[in-house]
Amino acid sequence: MQKVYTKIFQIAGDVITVEADDVGYRELAEVRILRGVSLAQVIRLDGKKVSLQVLAGSRGISTDDQVRFLKRPMQVSYSGNLLGRVFNGSGGPRDHGPALTENLIDIGGPSVNPAKRIVPKNMIRTGIPMIDVFNSLVESQKLPIFSIAGEPYNELLARIALQAEVDLIILGGMGLKYDDYLFFRDTLDQHGSLSRSILFIHTAADPTVECLLVPDMCLAVAEQFALEGKRVLVLLTDMTNFSDALKEVAITMEQIPSNRGYPGDLYSQLAARYEKAVDFHGAGSITILAVTTMPGDDVTHPVPDNTGYITEGQFYLRGGHIEPFGSLSRLKQQVNGKTRSDHRAIMDRMIQLFADYRETLEKRSMGFQMSAWDEKLLRYGRRFEEELMDLSVNIPLEQALDRGWEILSAIFDSAETGMKDSLIQEYWPKQMEERK
Amino acid sequence: MNTDIRTGKVIGVNGNMAAVEFEKNVTQNEVAYVCAGRERLKSEVIRIRGSRAELQVFEDTTGIKIGDAVEFTGELLSVQIGPGLLGQIFDGLQNPLPQLAERHGFFLKRGAYLNALDEKKTWEFTPAVRPGDKVRAGDKLGTVPEKIFRHWIMVPFALQGEWEVVDIVGKGNYTIATTVAMLKDAAGRIHAVTMVQTWPVKIAIKAYAQKLKPTQPLVTKLRIIDTLVPVAIGGTFCTPGPFGAGKTVLQHLLSRHAEVDIVIVAACGERAGEVVEILEEFPHLVDPRTNRSLMERTIIICNTSSMPVAARESSVYTGVTLAEYYRQMGLNVLLLADSTSRWAQAMREMSGRLEEIPGEEAFPAYLESRIANFYERAGLVKLRDGSKGSITIGGAVSPAGGNFEEPVTQATLKVVGAFHGLSRDRANARKYPSVDPLDSWSKYTSFIDGDKVRKGVALLKKSHSVNQMMKVVGEEGISTHEFVDYLKGDFLDAVYLQQNAFDKTDEATSADRQRHVYDLIEGIMDKEFSFENKDTARKFFQQLRQIFITWNSADFQSETFRQKEQEIRHKISNGAV
Repeated sequence: MQKVYTKIFQIAGDVITVEADDVGYRELAEVRILRGVSLAQVIRLDGKKVSLQVLAGSRGISTDDQVRFLKRPMQVSYSGNLLGRVFNGSGGPRDHGPALTENLIDIGGPSVNPAKRIVPKNMIRTGIPMIDVFNSLVESQKLPIFSIAGEPYNELLARIALQAEVDLIILGGMGLKYDDYLFFRDTLDQHGSLSRSILFIHTAADPTVECLLVPDMCLAVAEQFALEGKRVLVLLTDMTNFSDALKEVAITMEQIPSNRGYPGDLYSQLAARYEKAVDFHGAGSITILAVTTMPGDDVTHPVPDNTGYITEGQFYLRGGHIEPFGSLSRLKQQVNGKTRSDHRAIMDRMIQLFADYRETLEKRSMGFQMSAWDEKLLRYGRRFEEELMDLSVNIPLEQALDRGWEILSAIFDSAETGMKDSLIQEYWPKQMEERK
Repeated sequence: MNTDIRTGKVIGVNGNMAAVEFEKNVTQNEVAYVCAGRERLKSEVIRIRGSRAELQVFEDTTGIKIGDAVEFTGELLSVQIGPGLLGQIFDGLQNPLPQLAERHGFFLKRGAYLNALDEKKTWEFTPAVRPGDKVRAGDKLGTVPEKIFRHWIMVPFALQGEWEVVDIVGKGNYTIATTVAMLKDAAGRIHAVTMVQTWPVKIAIKAYAQKLKPTQPLVTKLRIIDTLVPVAIGGTFCTPGPFGAGKTVLQHLLSRHAEVDIVIVAACGERAGEVVEILEEFPHLVDPRTNRSLMERTIIICNTSSMPVAARESSVYTGVTLAEYYRQMGLNVLLLADSTSRWAQAMREMSGRLEEIPGEEAFPAYLESRIANFYERAGLVKLRDGSKGSITIGGAVSPAGGNFEEPVTQATLKVVGAFHGLSRDRANARKYPSVDPLDSWSKYTSFIDGDKVRKGVALLKKSHSVNQMMKVVGEEGISTHEFVDYLKGDFLDAVYLQQNAFDKTDEATSADRQRHVYDLIEGIMDKEFSFENKDTARKFFQQLRQIFITWNSADFQSETFRQKEQEIRHKISNGAV
């Protein structure tokens, strides 16, 4: 018979403390309160004192409410029955389906042995030139989308999800606006993708702490599917809300904050989640795309800053398009050498010229005289923005590369591009040269 | 030796820290095991107060309960050193990862530990001493061949004073645990020596005659480093940079091309994918100096960011201890630690859990001394037999927000000999390596003549200031003469300081080639060009750059190389578009 504790002697923030025996670190408990039952997780043991974070929040908890320890860490059900379903931050059903209890697995499991990983080699094509040409997305990559409130980051996320060739999509929403949740659900549904999707949704209206387990649940399920050989795409939005929940609990626990109130282990906490992205040797893979909104558009804010050090690059979404500067896919070199021989050269040179264009814009705005070279750059930059950068452009990689050569040859002499002779001979559009 | 097991009981758990109540005695920094269910979790004592000791647990602490038993071992955190380390991949506690994978599959099982060295493998031992010889700690007793090296079996570093060889085995094949020699000290105590010894990672191995000043340049084959901000053999350097500036790519290039005997890569709290790249790449890359696979000279220590935090600290120390071991054999070792900031953060996490009074940005007050201690383990040493060995340490630093004013970068800059600051602007403009040529510095000397280097730096500065000026007064506001200086500096940067890591020739430039090319560029720096206007000047340098880039990817002294060089010289003497 499991013992029930009815003496809560401290309630601070969303953390309650009881005196109990034989409790394991990170064990799960049920707190029975007036309006129902909430899950709680052990976050500190100190002698007999056991501190628990209550997922549904501490509002309305009375000191004589019942706490029952479940003798197990947080678990999530894993089976094919999850497909097409929507769950909340505690793993309960958010749709009208039944609660799933079979085949429970622990969440937040151990790290993958690096010796069992392989170097990813498959490009995920998205049809977005700013990604395919300049920062190719690679299977098993972990990439955040750095953005600010008001930008269409969830739309971008959904578009990549729908176009990417994967077996399974798992969406983890943290502090998601209800509208955005409906947007994701309906978009997936309209494109016939809901049946290969699993949604764990914590909305902005739910208690803050409840979002803390969302990434772990998504990734634990993803891991099981990947071990079965599936290629899984995990979408997380928004990791800044997750970090803020961590901060809230850390402050309640009187931890010494390190930077702007965030706990010192923010890096490790984020890394433990992002590092679940993997290409298993002899099994499937997990790719993670996560939205990180930057408070005040400040990339040095602790959340985007720590994220950038963990992930394999980042996409900046600003002004409705993916910024060429700062956006980076670290794994692109694994795949862009095998696409077409001009891919890397086009990628490097066009960005360098675009950087020069931005400088020229600056000069112009300060009223300086434009040289012949500046005029060329201005023409180049405009075409680049309209024909490649615009988010509405949806063309395959090869076509985007051809478009690159077309723009270059329409504006520059071949020597001005600084490309290797052999590439110029192979790809420089001949008719353009004659026309000039 | 104390045979009765000293035990304790868990009285608190907070993150990766466990508080333990003990009865007898406990040693600071000794290894203890927390028995959680059937798993024994390795931990280290980091603070003792009365009858309460605090342990950092090197594993996930989920499920530990109050009252769980703790066993103290009496040994400091140590590594095994002996033949068979080269080519291996260890975690921060020196568990071989491929063997763990064989046994436990995809995931790192908690509480699973394995010996670092293969106890069954035999090594062909050749004795180098005779009975009656007098030896001291670190003296050579014999050799075994390990990969491309002669691996010396040495008198254990922990032995003090002078010992006499009483017995030594003959040439033959032995396992590492076989006694190969018997030694006797002045008091007549006998010590049996095997091919393997253990050494505590936080204590430096000092069985050498003296430490020397590092002067000889280390050829890294990266032009910007070798020419402008060189590193010395036995020196230290750091590469701080914001994320995305190319720290890890730079470290990989160094690990591939640096002219040293052994490379130890300590991946500390960084991405697992990067380690996997080395694992897949190195066995297929050939070291041009030995014509053998690069993996044969490499050891990888990896504690990636999702692996238990406490083992991050030990991964750095494990790396440097293995480096010291090979230095004792008279080899030149390069230790690359990526990233020391993660190690510092691990210290901060633990310090926070211990509720120590925080210093700047909540880092502990002892941050600086720990960092200094680590870098001080580098150095060029003269061994007792007159030969020399060295450890060069290069540490990547990941400053929060890319701001070099933060405590870890500042503490590191105080103790290193060279600073390779990576710049986000350069990385954004795809100028790699993104080492900032003006902000970075080095206290070592380059193999390229000092006057020539200074001339190059002066030009870069001039070019930079003209560029700044142009931003204010515009291109029309400066003279053509100044404009040409700007172009020259930009040219030097584009064709010499920048290197294409994806071009198999351009990615590594030998010392000879660097001298050759730099001399030619010096000619360009010196030449007074006269151009009609700025546009022709710009065009001239664009064309010159074009030929240069093709030249850079031609093999040194090949037919194309000579041809392109002719072309360049011709163009320079013409001085016209």
